[in-house]
Amino acid sequence: MNDHTTGRMIKDKAFRIIVILLACFSILPLLLILYFITRNGIAVINWEFLTQLPRPIGEAGGGIFNAIMGTGILIVLSSILSIPFGITAGIYLSEKTEGKIANIARLCVVVLQGTPSIVIGIVAYIWVVAPFQSFSALSGGVALSIMMLPVIIKATEETLKLMPYHLKEASLALGVPYYKTILKVILPTGLSGILTGILLSVARITGETAPLLFTAFGNQFMNWNLFKPIDSLPYRIFYYAMSPYPEWHAFAWGASFILVVLVLAFNLIARGVAVKWKVQF
Amino acid sequence: MESTVLKVHDFSAYFGDNQILKNINLETGSNLVTALMGPSGCGKTTLIRCVNRMHELIPGAKVAGKMYLKDNDIYAMEPIVLRRKIGMVFQKPNPFPMMSIYDNVIAGYKLNGIRLKKDEFDSIVERSLKGAALWDEVKDSLHRKGTFLSGGQQQRLCIARALAMNPEILLFDEPTSALDPKSTAAIEELIVELKKTVTMLLVTHNIAQAARVSDFTAFIYLGELVEFGPTEKMFTVPKDKRTEEYLTGKFG
Repeated sequence: MNDHTTGRMIKDKAFRIIVILLACFSILPLLLILYFITRNGIAVINWEFLTQLPRPIGEAGGGIFNAIMGTGILIVLSSILSIPFGITAGIYLSEKTEGKIANIARLCVVVLQGTPSIVIGIVAYIWVVAPFQSFSALSGGVALSIMMLPVIIKATEETLKLMPYHLKEASLALGVPYYKTILKVILPTGLSGILTGILLSVARITGETAPLLFTAFGNQFMNWNLFKPIDSLPYRIFYYAMSPYPEWHAFAWGASFILVVLVLAFNLIARGVAVKWKVQF
Repeated sequence: MESTVLKVHDFSAYFGDNQILKNINLETGSNLVTALMGPSGCGKTTLIRCVNRMHELIPGAKVAGKMYLKDNDIYAMEPIVLRRKIGMVFQKPNPFPMMSIYDNVIAGYKLNGIRLKKDEFDSIVERSLKGAALWDEVKDSLHRKGTFLSGGQQQRLCIARALAMNPEILLFDEPTSALDPKSTAAIEELIVELKKTVTMLLVTHNIAQAARVSDFTAFIYLGELVEFGPTEKMFTVPKDKRTEEYLTGKFG
């Protein structure tokens, strides 16, 4: 072997090592976050933490039941508000690849996706909080549903665009009306992709704090009334972390742990759905 | 010729300003296979799609002239009603991927919201799968997904799906072009067998296939119907010079 080849092989090896190293580096932040949150948060996690309400400072014990339930309520509420609109808009965009309205809508989706969440919070404040004269779970749900919309629309559009044309032909040739073809053939076939999109959008909003600050607002008590302020995990973390008390700081870590586990779970379920329900053509 | 099922009268089709079909005149009798052959791009697929108005899915599609299905003006009917009377089998097998074999066969009923009793559906499924020569292969796995079948089996499943609707005519759009030789032979055998009960229109770019399965052949070239007649006659003594050249492989 001459020097020429040896040099190339060294370069090749070096390149490979650098690529692997840098790739490892990029996952380091996530590992560190998980490490710190687990180390600091796991200590306060117990049954009481999950099922009890916060107690005033000075009193030991208590938990974040209201925040966990609040986040759950907000997720359900924003899903109910955004999924019908998101899927319908996605269907429209996937069917209409050209045309003025479709192109404007497509642009709006991109812009909406990039809109800072605090701005969406203000919009929800003006739309819902101001007319009702009260912070409320509903306004938080509206803010979060606006954040979910672009993700669901894009996921639906992209999934349905991948559906082979001959599938639609098969249905139409049987005399099935167009709307039934979409609802009973195209949509069910793309269900796994759409569901994955919905789960990812849920994962995205679960940790949102900014739009909740002046919509859902936060609540020390358990509240089931949608027209009253409601607590949420990110808000509870924010509130506890800003406090001067070490006990509350520990609670903030604990709540962070729960939140990260939730988001991780949504992502993993989304992955599972995408793999398991994949439709073969 | 026996009673006419499909009558095409002075029929032209356009996509935008392009004229695809020029004054086609054609008649197909019941329980016969009529093959439409011609080189790629001659308009044979457009013609078959005009029969069940699937060409209307393409923006800018226009037609002139008349088509009759058993004396009913095809272009005066609702496409949805028309398509329920006409079965279609496509180039690529296209069973519904989220449905079982059973549900695929009765998809025309299920998707259209036509409700029947369970045993009525059972007998439709059995009859249609037997008609498509698929029953023996799938009778024990009716509730598995249709997409687990081989390409040839999937195509026969699609034929069964079309047969389940009791079509007045069955359209084949190059049904074997995506299949291997063995599956192709099975489909061809099936078409010959189906003649006992169904009228068929078959688009093919395979001259030998037209010769093997059809009773009548139409040769279409550049959107024109060059020659139409009994298959045997056309393949032995073609009237038109272009037909002869096509059959002997001079173009196409």
